Amino acid sequence: MQRILRTALVLGLLTGLSLSLAQVTLTYWQYDFGTRIDAMNQLIEQFNAENPDVIVVQETFPYDAYEQRVAAATAAGQGPDVVQLFYGWVGSWQRAGYIEPLPQEHIDHAWIEEYFIPMVESVKVGGEYYGLPTAVRSLALFYNKDLFRAAGLDPDAPPQTWDEFVAAGKALTVQRGPLFTQIGYGPGGQDHHLIRTVLMNQLGTPPYSADNREVLYGNEIGEQALRIWTDWQLVDEIGVFEFIPGSGGYRDGFINQENIAMIVDGSFAIGQVRNNAQFDWGVTELPTFDNGVQSNFGSFWMNAVTPRAYRDPAVLEASARFITFVTSEEAMQLWLEVVGELPAARSLVGDPALVSDPVNGPFIAGLAYAEATQFVDEAAQRQVMIDAFNRVLLEGMDPAESIMIAAQADQALLDDFDD
Amino acid sequence: MIREPRAKRSSRLSLTQREAIYAYVFLLVPLVFFATIRFYPALQSFRLSLFTWHVDPARRVFVGAQYYQELLANPVFHQALKNTLLYAAITVPVSIGLGLGIAILLQAITIGRGWYRAIYFAPYITPAVAIAWVWGWMYNVNFGIFNRIIIEWWDFVEGIGLPWLAIDPQRFLRDPEVALPAVAVVIIWQQLGFQVVIFLAGLQGIPRVFYEAARIDGANPWQLFRHITFPLLNPVLVFAIVITTINALQLFDQIVNINFTDQGGPLGRTLSIALYMYQEAFSRARLGYAAAVTVVLFLIILVITLIQLRVTQRRVEY
Repeated sequence: MQRILRTALVLGLLTGLSLSLAQVTLTYWQYDFGTRIDAMNQLIEQFNAENPDVIVVQETFPYDAYEQRVAAATAAGQGPDVVQLFYGWVGSWQRAGYIEPLPQEHIDHAWIEEYFIPMVESVKVGGEYYGLPTAVRSLALFYNKDLFRAAGLDPDAPPQTWDEFVAAGKALTVQRGPLFTQIGYGPGGQDHHLIRTVLMNQLGTPPYSADNREVLYGNEIGEQALRIWTDWQLVDEIGVFEFIPGSGGYRDGFINQENIAMIVDGSFAIGQVRNNAQFDWGVTELPTFDNGVQSNFGSFWMNAVTPRAYRDPAVLEASARFITFVTSEEAMQLWLEVVGELPAARSLVGDPALVSDPVNGPFIAGLAYAEATQFVDEAAQRQVMIDAFNRVLLEGMDPAESIMIAAQADQALLDDFDD
Repeated sequence: MIREPRAKRSSRLSLTQREAIYAYVFLLVPLVFFATIRFYPALQSFRLSLFTWHVDPARRVFVGAQYYQELLANPVFHQALKNTLLYAAITVPVSIGLGLGIAILLQAITIGRGWYRAIYFAPYITPAVAIAWVWGWMYNVNFGIFNRIIIEWWDFVEGIGLPWLAIDPQRFLRDPEVALPAVAVVIIWQQLGFQVVIFLAGLQGIPRVFYEAARIDGANPWQLFRHITFPLLNPVLVFAIVITTINALQLFDQIVNINFTDQGGPLGRTLSIALYMYQEAFSRARLGYAAAVTVVLFLIILVITLIQLRVTQRRVEY
């Protein structure tokens, strides 16, 4: 009896050992967001089944603690092998060494540029790609058709130009004494992109030079973009910043309170609107000026490798294999169904079913002319634009003066990063 | 020959000596714990502040005092420093004054004192995040309770034909001039319960006989407070001032959560040093610079606390 037990034990140990020798365990990190975790779990399950030599384990953290966790873990040589991050963080993350270039021996640059839409090139830093997305996002105008009807507007003819947008906004705004009970437009989390990337490009100048070393908006175009946007609140009175408190307040006001008639939001909001909105709603492409120039802000979360993945060639190869898997066409389809974000492959963005979809269609159309503005330090550059409009809205500064201050501060960030 | 008596002597420690040794041995455990998880990392942050940040120590570049020069010249740091000192200047005297006043009033009543104490203490044990969110809603321009009251008042005075009594709705957290005091009100409201409980405990420690004797000598209530309560409460007061000041200098949770879209805003007017440090460290991944900020914050707290102890901890004359 004892001998049998002993043999079993030895055998058990040996098989365990051989398994652990053959298998690579990858740790994957992303932030907490119901549908994203769900989609990734499904992908991991498929990947683990198809790749018996690799086990991927997903760990997630609240959004607000995410960067802190990554900083602490990578500095201690712990944490993820493959990590998800917002494309705008590439500059600060690679400078701090949280992420390393994708290994070219496993992920070919020519393939990246052929397979993905051009937006992905915004994370090519110093000739190296730092990550690849499963999905991309663009902006569009969400509007409440019921409120349009109530205001005597045609719910099937949403604004096509910014003039029409302001006119509709006025019809949709309801005041009670000096306060608002309903607003036509709810400025919110995406509006700094709306000013910097969309309005400026529509008016005729990109915000940054092609090599991303020079701020180009310290001029009349920048001033005009800021003035038009702040006038919506100060002159046209069709909106209020922070109408509903919180970073998702504008979306909450649109979806749940039903007191915001129009918002500019990303395709990432589709799922939330679809699941919670108890009214008739629609999506339309971003309005333009009379010149008809279209522009959109594209962005994405991407999968990158950390220094930890480089500790062992087998881990690095497995990480690259996993990233290739989660950016495959099948993975993108699954992500679209579960999360609602748009596919990042050229082959999929032209899919007729997607283009003609009433909700996804406007976002897909927007992707065609969307630009993922390259940031060196997204957090600081976002603050620059928020301060620019707050100086006008709250301190009565002239947009001409405020945009110059912003351009200088932004330029200082670019210069600082080059050092 | 000489060793023997010595050995004997050392084995014959007095009881007090042996007790002291035991005490030190037991104290060593928390001391080692603190040294490893508190003091060592704190010292490390001094070191960190002299290098650029990279996860690989080999790729950190020594920059000396560069980050210190940078932060001394940085207007955002100046703003954060000014705000932080303002938070302390507002919240410390107001919350201590109110706390002491309420404690004295509570001491005068006997029925329901426990209930009142619990009510005042409740905000202190409520999570700062929840408090910040609720106050954020109350301060909201279009839907908040304060502006609702102002509008009701407006309607009322217009109804009775006195429109000049109307007040305009306020922007509160969206007003760069008002945002900081508005946040300070939240902090005072939250801390008040702590002060009340501390002062109640202090007041109960003052022997009744002093008051009785003074009353027999004909002292009025102000004299009782000035010459008995205040001096005998001095140690508690010092404790409260030092703790409240340190709390004010380290403000973070409330500020982060009360303006989530633009933390520390609008226009940096509610930004505290702790939040500034956090943003530099974790939103911008500049841990070297952030470490320099913590070192400066440490020095500020040290200096202020030493001054406070020097000024307030005088010998009390009875």
